[in-house]
Amino acid sequence: MTTAANTVAQKKGFGATLWDWLTTVDHKKIGILYLIGGGFFFVLGGIEALMIRLQLLVPNNDFVSAGFFNELITMHGTTMIFLAAMPLLFGFMNAIVPLQIGARDVAFPFINSLGFWMFFFGGLFLNLSWFIDAAPDAGWTSYASLSIASTGHGIDFYAIGLQIAGAGTLMAGINFLVTIINMRAPGMTYMRMPLFTWTTFVASALILFAFPPLTVGLFFLTFDRMFGGNFFHVDGGGNTIIWEHIFWIFGHPEVYILVLPSFGIFSEIFSIFSRKRLFGYSAMVFATVLIGFLGFMVWAHHMFTVGLGPTANAIFAVATMAIAVPTGVKIFNWLLTMWGGSIRITTPMLYALGFIPSFVMGGVTGVQQGAAPLDYQLHDSYFIVAHFHYVIVGGVVLAILAATHLYWPKMFGTMLSEKLGKVTFWFFFIGFHMTFFLQHFLGLMGMPRRVWTYNKDQGWDLFNAISSVGALLMAIGVIVLVINIIMTTAKNERVGNDPWEDGRTLEWAIPSPPPFYNFPQTPLVRGLDTFWIEKKEGNKRGYIAAEPISDIHMPNGSFIPFVMTLGLFIAGFGAMFRLEHSWGLPVLIGGLVLTFLAMATRSIKDDLGFYVTKDEIIRTEKEILRSERGSN
Amino acid sequence: MDLNTKFTAKSWPDHPETATMEAKNKFVGFWLFLGGETILFATLFATYLALRNSVPSGNDFSTDTLFELPLVFVMTMLLLTSSLTSVYAMYHMKNYNFKAMQLWLAITGFLGLGFLGFEVYEFTHYIHLGFTYGNSAFSSAFYTLVGTHGLHVAIGLVWLSLLILRNARRGLNLYNATKYYTFSLYWHFIDVVWVFIFTVVYLMGVVG
Repeated sequence: MTTAANTVAQKKGFGATLWDWLTTVDHKKIGILYLIGGGFFFVLGGIEALMIRLQLLVPNNDFVSAGFFNELITMHGTTMIFLAAMPLLFGFMNAIVPLQIGARDVAFPFINSLGFWMFFFGGLFLNLSWFIDAAPDAGWTSYASLSIASTGHGIDFYAIGLQIAGAGTLMAGINFLVTIINMRAPGMTYMRMPLFTWTTFVASALILFAFPPLTVGLFFLTFDRMFGGNFFHVDGGGNTIIWEHIFWIFGHPEVYILVLPSFGIFSEIFSIFSRKRLFGYSAMVFATVLIGFLGFMVWAHHMFTVGLGPTANAIFAVATMAIAVPTGVKIFNWLLTMWGGSIRITTPMLYALGFIPSFVMGGVTGVQQGAAPLDYQLHDSYFIVAHFHYVIVGGVVLAILAATHLYWPKMFGTMLSEKLGKVTFWFFFIGFHMTFFLQHFLGLMGMPRRVWTYNKDQGWDLFNAISSVGALLMAIGVIVLVINIIMTTAKNERVGNDPWEDGRTLEWAIPSPPPFYNFPQTPLVRGLDTFWIEKKEGNKRGYIAAEPISDIHMPNGSFIPFVMTLGLFIAGFGAMFRLEHSWGLPVLIGGLVLTFLAMATRSIKDDLGFYVTKDEIIRTEKEILRSERGSN
Repeated sequence: MDLNTKFTAKSWPDHPETATMEAKNKFVGFWLFLGGETILFATLFATYLALRNSVPSGNDFSTDTLFELPLVFVMTMLLLTSSLTSVYAMYHMKNYNFKAMQLWLAITGFLGLGFLGFEVYEFTHYIHLGFTYGNSAFSSAFYTLVGTHGLHVAIGLVWLSLLILRNARRGLNLYNATKYYTFSLYWHFIDVVWVFIFTVVYLMGVVG
């Protein structure tokens, strides 16, 4: 069916290239799409953050109105969590995990593509709220008492946009689970899986069990606001606390969905750049699973002040503190991985070194808030803002930036400049601590979270000003990264299989970027850090083949995911404007019909994939070898 | 995968639903999907239990005045029987008896359709009584829980019809065997959810 069209270095017109990206089911390309989409929203959320800090730069500021400020903080939080952090991590998972387990693609390439488009259209839908009507303004948690009272369509955009994006995330989660369960190469037992694969596995399990409650909660909100439901209307017998429970049953595991893959990325980095096997591998795996499990047991620590009673608060307080134990295990394992290692301070390693103290601070304040009586004091103050930014920025964003440098060569075949990378790190790292460290004290001094402005001479002026300058430093760091990316892409100096020279896992044993079928022959895995083992034994090829070269079965591209998602996107507008415009209902139904037709097409049309012939594989492999020799 | 491979009852594998790599993936993926669905319904059940009989003052709808067990009993019987007939269909699928499988699946579909008909009747009856979706938190929670289940039945029926019609001419192969099998898993799942709805919503509503 497809011959040379998919192989290396074929010139194509713009239309053909666009069509290729719209219909691709290749996990490596979808990884890049996630990176572009997530990067775009990351910049958007960053601009919102800068506007927040600009407003709080001086007391009694009116740079933005109070209402607009509410929209800014809501969209900043929602964008960063759902549309930046998660998709960026998904980008790396997509690009790297199948390579790490020696697979040729994910288990469900079609669903993989569908998941990406749902995330992207959901995010687009949410952000169109800036231009149509109003942006959501009830905080990223969208507590029902506020979100029911909010006028305009902002909250509707939130509920429907997240619904679409969340469904995409759920699909991605199932996809990764099945990929890791079923598609591992021979010899890749569970206890030989690289830590990034393990953390992706556990995070995906969390997605599977955490996102359905979000789906239900968002449906309740949609029904209450748009279809006359009464879940949260107290005068109709409803109860707003139900939203808080449902939201946090999703929301707390969400933190671990973000931070576990970050732990995985740092585990890879520590072991690569200490040139040492990860210390306490099995303890790391166990800690990951335990964190995943405990992550579901602690949601009510976000609700200590609701009045659930001392018994409930005590149980959730103890469960919360228990999570510090497996997390501590991880921290010590990372430290002991470095102990006695031959350390190279590369850019990714710099991020990893910065991560440990930053994340530990976030963890310590977390345990403090886990003490329910103290939480009554800290609740809804800037202390909380400081805490969760230490966890999310100090853990997740540092991991994403580290992974960008670490995996850039594998994804794009070029190496980001180390010099500029380190500049980015120092700007970002110093800016981060400048912004958020002082916010602990602002919180202790009584500055409430989400406040629009504040009066002079409460002792808050200086700290807020410093905090705002820090945000600017972080922005400069990100700009340097963008310059780095542009310069590297323009230079286009190709790199080999193992550009960091100390790669340990399978992804470093194949070309950068790999051919679309990844492995010409399925590898045979002989132990943990399999590439390292082969290198040490002098195997030039980097892995042992488990099969002779033969025809490879690959999935077909498809445009259906795009259409399916487009239908939901259109239906969302219909649902929202149903009550005030006569076109609302037909558009709602039309959009859903489009989606269902696309689903029916998918069900009826056989999609059997195609075979890459043995000759073509041999030809492609030779071409790769030739181009590598040419560039060296 | 070659769809033209002709099988006989003898050469047909023991587990056609997991005979290929794609089929194994679909099989595991569908089980995981049902795990997620379980959590989805669990959330709906929890909300229903919290809001059951929670109505504004002056509104006297409650579970024991509203629900009638005979109707629900008939619905339960229809759906439970349809689960049994889908088991028969899978039995014939494993024995490579395509016609018998299609027949039992068609019967499954009609039983499901009957169930759905009764549910529509039940809902219209309540709405005539004034128990609309927006009547109270109780009504919202009730219709959302039971309606989500009903929607699953409806989607299952569309899926089943497409399967039966699409494959009517070409018979069984290793590509569609998994599709039939995952449908039957889905149908059992819907059935199990209904058993819980029957118990928690109707039985506990009238008796408990």
